[in-house]
Amino acid sequence: MNLTLLLVVILTAIFLVVAALGLDKLLSPRSFNKQKGEPYECGIPTRGKSWMQFRVGYYLFAILFLIFDVEAMFMFPWAVIVREVGVAGLFNILFFMVILVLGLAYAWKKGALEWK
Amino acid sequence: MLLNTYTDSLDFNALTQWIDQALSSVMPAWGVVLTECILIGLCLLLGYALIALALIYIERKVCAFFQCRLGPNRVGPYGTVQSIADMVKMLIKELITIDRVDRFLFNLAPYIVIISSVLAFGCLPFAKGLEVLDFNVGIFFLMAVSSIGVVGILLAGWSSNNKYSLIGAMRSGAQMISYELSIGLSLMTMVVLAGTMQLSEIVERQADCWFLFSGHIPAVIAFLVYLVAGTAETNRGPFDLPEADSELTAGYHTEYSGMHFGFFYLAEYLNLFIVSAVAATMFLGGWMPLHIAGWDGFNAVMDYIPSLVWFLIKVGVIIFVIMWFKWTFPRLRIDQLLKLEWKYLLPINLLNLLLMVIIVVTGLHF
Repeated sequence: MNLTLLLVVILTAIFLVVAALGLDKLLSPRSFNKQKGEPYECGIPTRGKSWMQFRVGYYLFAILFLIFDVEAMFMFPWAVIVREVGVAGLFNILFFMVILVLGLAYAWKKGALEWK
Repeated sequence: MLLNTYTDSLDFNALTQWIDQALSSVMPAWGVVLTECILIGLCLLLGYALIALALIYIERKVCAFFQCRLGPNRVGPYGTVQSIADMVKMLIKELITIDRVDRFLFNLAPYIVIISSVLAFGCLPFAKGLEVLDFNVGIFFLMAVSSIGVVGILLAGWSSNNKYSLIGAMRSGAQMISYELSIGLSLMTMVVLAGTMQLSEIVERQADCWFLFSGHIPAVIAFLVYLVAGTAETNRGPFDLPEADSELTAGYHTEYSGMHFGFFYLAEYLNLFIVSAVAATMFLGGWMPLHIAGWDGFNAVMDYIPSLVWFLIKVGVIIFVIMWFKWTFPRLRIDQLLKLEWKYLLPINLLNLLLMVIIVVTGLHF
């Protein structure tokens, strides 16, 4: 039943977008003007392309995010059964967390967290 | 003990059962399932639209009062019909697609943003028995689907072929993925305390005492971290640099017009609601009324208020606090923003998680 409901919710979302866009297409006026096709750049024509190389800082944070997000995925199942596994489970996860924190400390020391 | 005695004065389980029985007496089994699915979809759409419209009105009123203005007051009594008028205006605007955009991605972006927010919306437990998706990995699923929205925003910025959009989308992406870590870790702290990820179960376990109080200091720290990270996750005020109007015009949705823009607007307000609703569910007991052990008369009076009203009050208070942030703090720079997350919130969160585990393992919580 839950999977059916999941499908219902996704279809609802798609229906919302399709219906609203359809309504917009029906109601809205349409006119052609060459200037309309220009990207907004404070009134002056765009210089060069907008699809260009971008600063590498964002990429570094994306990589760091990936490490910690995967870690969170591994730790959620453990979080549910903390009570049952008790102190032994705590020490096991501590080992895992220490390695991760070392990773963060390394990135910090190397200056990956600075925005220059 | 209170768990067994609590009965809702506005019971949705009885309502859904009545609908189910009424339908099965007039049509075959497959018809019942189909009708129920359509009903669920309609209710979801209605709730989604109503909440978004109400939030847009509330935001404008609250913002106006913070700045000693009146806010919208012409359309309808106290300007209540203003957001509906705005929606109609948006519907009759032309959909402009500028030259040299990546057409497919440009049109795909609103779908992804809306699907992610509707899916997260469907997971929320609004009241006793009023919940569409109730997975046993509830909170995890909610986090997973709400993070799909980042993809939509990045696509929107990239496909627009506009430098403002690109910068806005990159900033937004960096901000949202960074603060997602804090959201995940602070919610994990509460999962440790709750011992389950199913949202309805989490609410039931707060019958005697809300998690904010039963979790000692770690729960309070997690709540504060969650509020900061949640504000950043919704791209709102002091963290609104992806669409900082004075530097980037409108950020990632600069080139969107008409209803295309409307979808980003809708999703933004719904995300505000979802973040606040998750905070209410995980920390403030969701739809559970305020119970104080031993005060039976007080508890009985509190039970008299319907659970839906409790939920909306809690969410409303948190939304007000998040709006308050916007008018109190100045906007951060991107380096300050990333520093706040990676050098302060993340280490605090990891320590806090450890503290919570120690408290739970040694049985010090209530």
